[in-house]
Amino acid sequence: MELPQDQPGTRKITETLDNDTGTFLQLHSGVVLAERYQIQDVIGVGGMGSVYRARDLHFPNVIKLVAVKEMINQAPDPVVRKTIVKNFEREANILVTLNHPSIPKIYDFFSHENRSYLVLEYINGKDLEAILKSSLEPINEDQVIIWSIQICDVLEYLHTHKPEPIIFRDVKPSNIMINQSNHVVLVDFGIAKMFKTGQKGTMIGTEGYSPPEQYRGDATLQTDIYALGATMHHLLTHRDPRLETPFSFGERQIRQINPLVSKELETIINTALEYNPADRFANASEMKAALVALARRTGALPRSGSNNLSLSEQDVKPLWWFECEDEIRGTPTVDNGLLYVGSYDNNLYALDATKGQFLWKFATKGGIVAKPLVAENSVFFGSADNKLYVVQARTGKFLWEFLTNGAIHCSPKIAEGHIFIGSDDGNLYAVNISTFQKSWEIHTGGPVRSSPFLTKDMIYFGCEANEFICSDYRGSIKWRYLTKRPVTSSPIVADGIVYFASQDANFYALDAKSGWVIWRFRMAKGSVSSPALGENSLIFGSADNFLYCVDKSSSREQWRYKCDHQVSGSPFIYKDAIYCGTASGSFYSIDYASGRLRWKFISGGAITGSATAFNDVIYVGSTDHKVYAFMA
Amino acid sequence: MNNILKNIFKLKKEKSSEQFEPGVTMVQTTPLSEDQLKAVSFANVALRPPQFLIGCGQSVGLQRDHNEDTIFSMSSILADGRNDVPFGLCVVADGMGGHLNGEIASAVAARTVARILINKIYTHLLENNPDPMEESLQETIEHAVNEVQKNVVRYAPGGGTTLTIALILGEQVTIAHVGDSRAYFIYPDGRIQRLTKDHSLVQRMIDLEEITEAEAKNHPHRNVLLKAIGQAEPVYPDVQTHQIPKSGHLMLCSDGLWGVVAEADLYRSISSQSDPALACKEMINLANKNGGPDNISVILVKFQG
Repeated sequence: MELPQDQPGTRKITETLDNDTGTFLQLHSGVVLAERYQIQDVIGVGGMGSVYRARDLHFPNVIKLVAVKEMINQAPDPVVRKTIVKNFEREANILVTLNHPSIPKIYDFFSHENRSYLVLEYINGKDLEAILKSSLEPINEDQVIIWSIQICDVLEYLHTHKPEPIIFRDVKPSNIMINQSNHVVLVDFGIAKMFKTGQKGTMIGTEGYSPPEQYRGDATLQTDIYALGATMHHLLTHRDPRLETPFSFGERQIRQINPLVSKELETIINTALEYNPADRFANASEMKAALVALARRTGALPRSGSNNLSLSEQDVKPLWWFECEDEIRGTPTVDNGLLYVGSYDNNLYALDATKGQFLWKFATKGGIVAKPLVAENSVFFGSADNKLYVVQARTGKFLWEFLTNGAIHCSPKIAEGHIFIGSDDGNLYAVNISTFQKSWEIHTGGPVRSSPFLTKDMIYFGCEANEFICSDYRGSIKWRYLTKRPVTSSPIVADGIVYFASQDANFYALDAKSGWVIWRFRMAKGSVSSPALGENSLIFGSADNFLYCVDKSSSREQWRYKCDHQVSGSPFIYKDAIYCGTASGSFYSIDYASGRLRWKFISGGAITGSATAFNDVIYVGSTDHKVYAFMA
Repeated sequence: MNNILKNIFKLKKEKSSEQFEPGVTMVQTTPLSEDQLKAVSFANVALRPPQFLIGCGQSVGLQRDHNEDTIFSMSSILADGRNDVPFGLCVVADGMGGHLNGEIASAVAARTVARILINKIYTHLLENNPDPMEESLQETIEHAVNEVQKNVVRYAPGGGTTLTIALILGEQVTIAHVGDSRAYFIYPDGRIQRLTKDHSLVQRMIDLEEITEAEAKNHPHRNVLLKAIGQAEPVYPDVQTHQIPKSGHLMLCSDGLWGVVAEADLYRSISSQSDPALACKEMINLANKNGGPDNISVILVKFQG
């Protein structure tokens, strides 16, 4: 390989700034620094500059890679400028004295105009933050134990350093690299050290991982232990502490979020995370000893994912059940002591809600999926035979029908003397209940299975043609919002915001008036589940198996519960609990405040609809042909 | 809306509550007081387009020699009868740190966030056929705060600042904050609702029930922030969206106001002045009367219900 001989020393580095985005101009690949380090790529961006991968040209016959950490000093004040350079030099000076397999070697240090550079051992690997980001799943316990023992080992080395112990002060996933041999390397020594005590106290370390005393400017050996505990908590729960209130780990016990973690490891991490430094491990070797003892006990035994399933599962028996001739995929409705439920056997059934006795049934020519609506002494429901039916609520006597050009999977809604219902023919219909005629329809590009939400002056619904529509009561569209996949979920409107899920894996909050996106919440997979509205939160399921509870004004996740299969029905809130079913047939009762399992029942088929309640009795249908009644 | 429904659906005619019975009205002959006048002239007529007044005030206080706070506010109305979109942006930044970096930090923060949000959101509103925004409002604001972070680290290293932003768009207000500058809703009935939770050590200690609210007021660490713009990390602001109260106020202020003047006194100032700028002046006078220990900044938005 030829050296770039034609280069007259270091190429000039331009100092241009992009004012709009405020980013530094990074060095281009090919630029040679100090006539020696040829920049190849940017591998990280920090607060004051970038980190590059570079080739050391002093080794012409082998490719020796180094990491070049850059610091651009743009402080206007000369005193501040000097301090910044001094801090950077201190990082270099600390590194020079260290020798440990988990600490990168330092090769060189130099300044050029207002940029300073550290040349370090190149770690070919990924940091833990990137590893966390690459998956939605927590890291498994054995792996976390192995890495943590290595981190304790390097902390022990730093803490016993002579003449002065070194406190790393910034243990966190992005500062921990995992190299090709799955070994830990600590990176970024000293970035936190440049912050001075101001009127408002010292800001050092990283919010979320730093212990309480660090915010007051104290850093001890226990500071690093706490931050390691915080890092382990993040790895095992996949819950980013920077998004949570500081020092709130006690409110997010690891095993509540990830029941696969052993009680012993949870105890070790809780000890590291004690609020008071004196209650934590006295030093890193003590924590390492605890971890090693645990690793010996559990060995390298792989844990199977199924042995914790029956953790808090209780034996719940239905009060009664009623069997239809085919699957029940929809949601029952209770009104005036009667339970109405549609079935794939083409019938709408009316049962006595307290005893489950059969009262009457009404036959259509297609399966009935959606939730029947009871109003004005009538039951309104659609069928796969393309018709909206209206029958007498007490007797099931036929009153009238309305024909569309497609199967109906949408639950009807009523307002202003009209029924609003979507059809697979792509229309949302407004049908006058006194003339039985349609007043108008809105045509969309795909089936309308999302049930409309009606406010005082607007109608909101989604459709399978990847859009969400807001119309007025004249049937003229006020705004549309395009999603990337169908919107089957039925929307809900509260305080001027409309909420719905899409199969594009987003849960949306749009301004009800304009359709502006206020926030979006990302799930791992799409969702057809309609949200349920709690006091200040929204609860919805997803094909990623989770039941989510998020704050409605900030989209912040309150909790999530992992079900055993996808959740397609809408969660149902009754008193302090949430009820939902999954495609594997499980029916869950989950505590609303904490997101913990209250009980679970396993039916003989998928549960695709939602539950409903009356007098402390919960009703739900299953594709095992049965509708079940449970005590709430 | 009712009228439209009647026209389309031919509903049975209802008597509108807004109609006066002939012969019953206007029996009072003495001149009406201002409040009574307001009641009859505005009571049932919603202001179209919906709008708001913004007042603000700033003072160095009595014990500091220079001001490290920065405030920004703007408001605009675009109404074409179909879509009325009021837009407002308010920012309070309370700088801290040695040298001149506190004031640089707060000024850089306020300028950067205003520039980005005006470019991204306000300019977007004025486009003829705008494409839908790729980002959500809350994401746009979060990204803006991260840009602010980078700019502050660059231009005011060693300095830090709080940052509280209120973006009013249509009927919703989105609030983002880092630090302990607060946002409140103040309702006409006297309720004061604090919207932001301080990112401060004392707030955290209150949450952990280690100290009480009263103890927090005099706690030696009451100035320690858990989060501020100026750390070398991506900053995660708390972002929340609320429906604007039909009538009432939104207030943003630095701790130079909320730490010094009691809520009841703030409410008295706000409710006694119909002009929010005068209310701000009065609140600042109160803070200085109570010693003026810190810089004082306040922005008051009055919603005309």
